[in-house]
Amino acid sequence: MLKMLDQEEYFYGHKGCGGCGGSLAVRLALKVLGKNTFVVLPAGCMSAVGFVYPQLCFSVNALISPFASTAAMLSGIRVAAKSLNITDCNVVGFAGDGGTADIGLQALSGAIDRGDKIIYICYDNEAYMNTGVQQSSLTPYGARTTTTPPGDHIHGSTNNKKDMFEIVAAHHIKYAATASIGNIPDYIRKVEKAKNINGTSYIHVAAPCPTGWGIESSDTISIAKEAIECGLWYLVEYEDGVYKLNQEIQEYTSIKVYLKKQARFKHVTDDDIKIIEEQRDKKNNFIKGKVKKI
Amino acid sequence: MKNKVFVSGDEAVALGVKLAKPNVIAAYPITPQTIVVERLAEMVEKRELEAEYMYVESEHSALAAVMGASVLGARTFTATSSQGLLYMAEVMHYASGGRVPLVMMNANRSVALPWSIFGDQRDSLSLLDSGWIQVYVEDAQESLDMIIQAYAIAEHKEVLTPVMINLDGFVLTHTFEAIEVPTQEQVTKFLPKFELEGKMDLDNPKNLFFSSSPAHNILFKAQQHQAMEHSRIIIEELDKQYEEITGRGYGGLATGYKTEDADIIIITLGSITGLVKDVVDALRVEGQKVGVVKIRYMRPFPEKEILQLCKNASNIGVLEKDISFGYHGTVYTNVADALRTTGKKLINYVAGLGGKNVSFNDIKNIFGELKSIDDGQIVQTVNFVGVEG
Amino acid sequence: MTRATVNKKFSGDIPVGTYGPAMHLTETLEGWRNSKPVIDNGICNNCKWCYLVCPEGVIFSEENKMKIDYRFCKGCGICAKECKKSAIIMKKEDAANEK
Repeated sequence: MLKMLDQEEYFYGHKGCGGCGGSLAVRLALKVLGKNTFVVLPAGCMSAVGFVYPQLCFSVNALISPFASTAAMLSGIRVAAKSLNITDCNVVGFAGDGGTADIGLQALSGAIDRGDKIIYICYDNEAYMNTGVQQSSLTPYGARTTTTPPGDHIHGSTNNKKDMFEIVAAHHIKYAATASIGNIPDYIRKVEKAKNINGTSYIHVAAPCPTGWGIESSDTISIAKEAIECGLWYLVEYEDGVYKLNQEIQEYTSIKVYLKKQARFKHVTDDDIKIIEEQRDKKNNFIKGKVKKI
Repeated sequence: MKNKVFVSGDEAVALGVKLAKPNVIAAYPITPQTIVVERLAEMVEKRELEAEYMYVESEHSALAAVMGASVLGARTFTATSSQGLLYMAEVMHYASGGRVPLVMMNANRSVALPWSIFGDQRDSLSLLDSGWIQVYVEDAQESLDMIIQAYAIAEHKEVLTPVMINLDGFVLTHTFEAIEVPTQEQVTKFLPKFELEGKMDLDNPKNLFFSSSPAHNILFKAQQHQAMEHSRIIIEELDKQYEEITGRGYGGLATGYKTEDADIIIITLGSITGLVKDVVDALRVEGQKVGVVKIRYMRPFPEKEILQLCKNASNIGVLEKDISFGYHGTVYTNVADALRTTGKKLINYVAGLGGKNVSFNDIKNIFGELKSIDDGQIVQTVNFVGVEG
Repeated sequence: MTRATVNKKFSGDIPVGTYGPAMHLTETLEGWRNSKPVIDNGICNNCKWCYLVCPEGVIFSEENKMKIDYRFCKGCGICAKECKKSAIIMKKEDAANEK
């Protein structure tokens, strides 16, 4: 696996919070993709921490796009590269959960539909962290955000977290995968795979945020691992119509233990946890059904 | 020898774009812009134009896509209108702040609500502050010529500012005229290959479109303003060069018609100019000293030109297809500022909103009303043409 | 491989538009740190896992030893937590400086 990685650091000196999961996802992907890469980041954490003049933290070509335009700019760059005969290059975007599942969804859909050879990586930290932890459509049920303050009447987010992976797969995209910084070898393999796909690829990488989740900065990776182990995050691939589960969990660990390590779930009741468990089983059964069918 | 064709304004734009040889075209359809992009798609299909035509899912994405393409060193084109232009608004500020030399055609169309596909200039004028150079053309010939000039202006090293060419919806976009098409050799001579110094480059990587601290941000904005101001000189120079090569020049930011001895002048924007010239000719026959000033660029604004062209006039009407609710039409506000020290009498005529026809007699009546001020007639500042009271 | 250079004496000039150079660093971030990871090279078996998990990319291998670019280490502690050999300990920044 180490051999897949470029020795150079392409994202360095950024001002992300200590223990930032998103910046690790960006850093590792760029070490897979290497020097000949064009990066697009919309407004969001990664652009805010990596791009404040005069501190510019990417050593590859990189730019910030308007919030909704990650995929459109990726396409524009790829099409221009084709026209200008710049062939040996990667065009990759890193957008957060809000930038992907909310404001950027239309442009992403358009790009997948065109089939442009771009890699779109959604680093999912489950809320608008850059603006101070507001709810996004990928905020899980029960989570406290500043716009879903838990109280006597409402116990945090009442949304169910859009299934971005399925939305993307429904486009019959060339390659889509979920990943997690809790399983780095798997993530690296998937970025490498996306690099060699002749068409659009999408990777949805779980990237915990110590600041927004209320965990220690040293726990980013371990909490991501626990999310997989308790069944709230699964690792799956979709390629040319075929679904593949990458990590089978024989017996789930406790959802309650996972949740209670995080300040954002401190308030959830046993009843809430029951709902979250039901959601987990439903989603896992759904994806296992997809895998079996083929 | 001369290549004459009979085309609509939209088709003239497409012919101009073809001659400029863009690498990437991205657009989303909206009436009355559609014919431009349909023709371009056909040219690409027939390989008459070696460009990539991107189907995009919105205007917002169209402008973002060409912005991404441009900073890789591709010459680009997009076109829109009305609601589409407003949907692009965020990206328009982005492109000008990033000094991305884009060229865009806008078919001037009314803005909802109420819905209307017909023409007025409220779409582009509401984006006057977006940092784009704004050109308003009068006919199909000027449409074609200004598309080609726009690339030279936008991409000029000392300008690096996006340019929007505005055509009045339907009145110009869909009206057929005989125009002369320059040869590819002429255009190639006039318009150099697109070279962007700051472009993304695999051997010389860049970090673009960054944030800046408050201390730096105002420096970028001051620089942007200076570039726009400086573009005045470049615009005039390039127009002269274009004239030397093609035989057609347009005379800079604003031009006059029979203004030299005119007591009364109507200032116009866009295709209405032709009609006003006709009225001027008719009134001149009657011995009236009237003239027209045609504003060609709303940004940079032709302050000096207007002062010069209006220097002998006492009463001036500003005729425009715009209103900034709660004050004047935007053109009037700008003209009034240019003439603020002259003591001239200025009246604002708001006409043609939502495509309402402006007739020969409407214009004649405006000249008459402007004249009546001298006889003691009181005329209010803002007047909606064709609306009682 | 190259380690990033930092130009702390940057003049403050601005480029034309937002066309900036890649990897242009004018400040370091060591001041962000409360505690500092210290690698015990006696225990470390050079597996490079810490290099993989660091969000900053500040851990690197040189002459078969893992080293840390402390200019940009924020002291998040992921390396210490994830080290399979427990070869990295977090020292309070004051204590780390005193020794």
